[in-house]
Amino acid sequence: MSVPALRVSGIAKTFGGARALKGISFDVAAGEVHGLLGQNGCGKSTFVKVLAGFHAPDPGGMIEVFGKPLPFPMPPGAFRDYRMAFVHQHLGLVPTLSVLENLRVASITARKARVNWREERAAARATFARFGVALDLSARTGSLSQTDQALLAIMRAAEDLRGADGPGLLILDEPTPFLPKEGVDRLFALVRQVVAHGDSVIFISHDIDEVRAITDRATILRDGLVSGTLTTKGSSHDDFVEGIIGRRIARSVTAPSITRGRTLARVTGVAEPGLDIPALEVAEGEILGLTGLLGSGYERVPYLMFGAREAAGGDLHMGGKTIPLRAMTPKAAIARKMALLPSDRPGASGVPGLKVRDNMLLLELDDFMGRFGLNLRAMGRRASALSTEYEVRPANPDMRLGQLSGGNAQKVLLAKWMIRTPDLLLLDEPTQGVDVGTRQQIYRVIRDAAARGAGVICASSDAEQLADLCTRVLIFSRGRIAVELTGQDITKDSIAEACYGHSTLDVA
Amino acid sequence: MDTPLSTSPERRRFNVADFTERFGLVLVWIVMIAGFGILLPGIFLSWMNFSIMFATQSPGAVLALALIIPLTAGDYDLSVGATLTLSAVTVGVLNAVMGLPLGVAVLAALAGGIAVGLVNAFFIVYVRIPSLVVTLGTTSVITGLVQWMTNSSTIGGISPTLVNMVMRGRLFGISYAFYYVIAIALVIWLVFEFTPLGRRILFVGRGREVARLSGIDVGRVRVGCLVASALLSSIGGLVYAGLLGAADPFSGLNFLLPAFAAAYLGATAIIPGRFNPWGAVISVYFLATGITGLTMMGIPLWVTSVFNGAALILAVTVSQFVRGRQETDIG
Repeated sequence: MSVPALRVSGIAKTFGGARALKGISFDVAAGEVHGLLGQNGCGKSTFVKVLAGFHAPDPGGMIEVFGKPLPFPMPPGAFRDYRMAFVHQHLGLVPTLSVLENLRVASITARKARVNWREERAAARATFARFGVALDLSARTGSLSQTDQALLAIMRAAEDLRGADGPGLLILDEPTPFLPKEGVDRLFALVRQVVAHGDSVIFISHDIDEVRAITDRATILRDGLVSGTLTTKGSSHDDFVEGIIGRRIARSVTAPSITRGRTLARVTGVAEPGLDIPALEVAEGEILGLTGLLGSGYERVPYLMFGAREAAGGDLHMGGKTIPLRAMTPKAAIARKMALLPSDRPGASGVPGLKVRDNMLLLELDDFMGRFGLNLRAMGRRASALSTEYEVRPANPDMRLGQLSGGNAQKVLLAKWMIRTPDLLLLDEPTQGVDVGTRQQIYRVIRDAAARGAGVICASSDAEQLADLCTRVLIFSRGRIAVELTGQDITKDSIAEACYGHSTLDVA
Repeated sequence: MDTPLSTSPERRRFNVADFTERFGLVLVWIVMIAGFGILLPGIFLSWMNFSIMFATQSPGAVLALALIIPLTAGDYDLSVGATLTLSAVTVGVLNAVMGLPLGVAVLAALAGGIAVGLVNAFFIVYVRIPSLVVTLGTTSVITGLVQWMTNSSTIGGISPTLVNMVMRGRLFGISYAFYYVIAIALVIWLVFEFTPLGRRILFVGRGREVARLSGIDVGRVRVGCLVASALLSSIGGLVYAGLLGAADPFSGLNFLLPAFAAAYLGATAIIPGRFNPWGAVISVYFLATGITGLTMMGIPLWVTSVFNGAALILAVTVSQFVRGRQETDIG
């Protein structure tokens, strides 16, 4: 038997007590396309970072690439010497440079003297001929379609491998979630070309159907362990789902059935690139979850409703009024008693360098205007009271927001919005970077808001959180609402299953 | 897992350390004054010397105060020096050359300042060109206009009323000019610290996206700050014209660098980590004390430029080191 392209044995990685990888072993045969699948947090991305030399694994494990063991820690960029090339989801292209400059960047920047553009052009054409893909070399890269950009990045990586003697290993890390169906087909054609030239490919994806379409074998990770390696030909969709989610457990959680309140807000006619929602509504007292795989578009809904992102069209019906989403602004949304807690906490939600009290009371400033300007003492008292009420630790409003842990910072920012008693609460990943204990406190605040009649929309990639929190969950697939789960049907498994079961357009 | 927004540990400072940080600059200033007092016995430590310094530095102080407004909102305004000159020259041309009443000339000068601010704001906020580029451009445009207006020569004969209101009128032996500076600083301080607008400006500067998603009209706040800085700069021009009794088409730009140095140095004192008016005013006089002392000791003129430039870089460096562990306005 020939030397495998990749042999992984006993690779573990611990981050400050949390074991992201618990010792995984698998092989990638020479000349095969090998899938790597798993849910969020299964250890996929940690493994890719170990392979690229970004993280050193815990001592004891070993990775061989074409029979050559990798040294750990690996110097940055050394993966090239081991005949590996990576294409990450963000592709690593410079959008303002030409296609030629992006494709030949290694050769162009390595030149000591003059760049021979005629030679570079010829080399680029040879690359296109080899892979059967032709792009305009002088086009601005940013003006290419998403698909063409992905193809360009993959060709560039495959060319890097050719520099080495012997075949190489190309790692494609989630290249497809934002591509249309025909784009995926073209990308697969290119991957087959790469393999035809003798290289091996690792294809990382959330999408079972894509993995089944392109790979020879696939390794599934679950909770930091290998849950199995499947031969694609002999495995069904269900086999993959079982590998990803784990053995099916009987549903034991019975959510109390909640009678639906009056409809609070309705969104109609949303038609964005990659997002198409004819209608979506949320009722008073309802906690509506939105989820889906990466690229399914669900996380954009709260921002569109709040006017935080420019909308192409659609309307929001709320309180007997119809507001076109194009005219929506955060200011107007706040005036209608809406609240948005974005997922980018330090960038969009709160300012880490300013005090807790300033962050907390930003929306309420006008209420503290006394005869002689802002009543700083009253503001201090209010911030202290709120810190206590929302269990912020330490409850010192003079600390900077950035000095608090993620969970406590989130409680401050939740308080900032909740003191306005919003009618419609929009959340994006409300417990990202929040520890388990604090999570419950945040759930309580959200449930209390719903109990007093507010509508809550919660976008989240965490199936367990949605199962705990939501009274209804919408699962998105390629920009459309594919499945609706209500009441007792909402479980971690049913959500995950719906995500994977409806990962292609034709199923939905 | 808990991910803090920043990794800086909570450090409960003693009041002594806090006090030192806030008033360190004042202490160094006092030490500097004492040092020059010893080196230059009998000349340096005179009321005359200080009253002259307080008066002559007031245009620079007004510029420093003008600068901290857009800086707090996250925009640079390099055109403050040119706007100061434009305003002084406008008063000169309208009042001394064309013989219009002083009131009209002053109103025209202030209107010119507002116009500069609106032009800056249009290109920065609506066309979205970096503020550094826009205000560098308007500086050159205004400088050219000023040379055209004055034929590149100083205009004398400005109404004595202005001179009386700025320079000759004195309280406790110090020209009124100094009290205008204090009044402007007081207003800025009150707005920054005690009004919702002040907090909104701060959030716009520190977290534009946070401000936007909190319903703050970020564009309007930035426009307002840029117009305010241009208006204050033209007030600085009136002070400058009143001090000289004439309009000088060239030297206004010399105030720009010390004003920037003072704005940044001021952000290391009084309210460390934030551009603040009292810190800026103290810094202007701190730098002026250094230059006055050095000049009296017979140091050649070129040292002034070196001193101001070095002070600017040093001020930013110090604030990076002292408060490097946390986010500040300075960046």
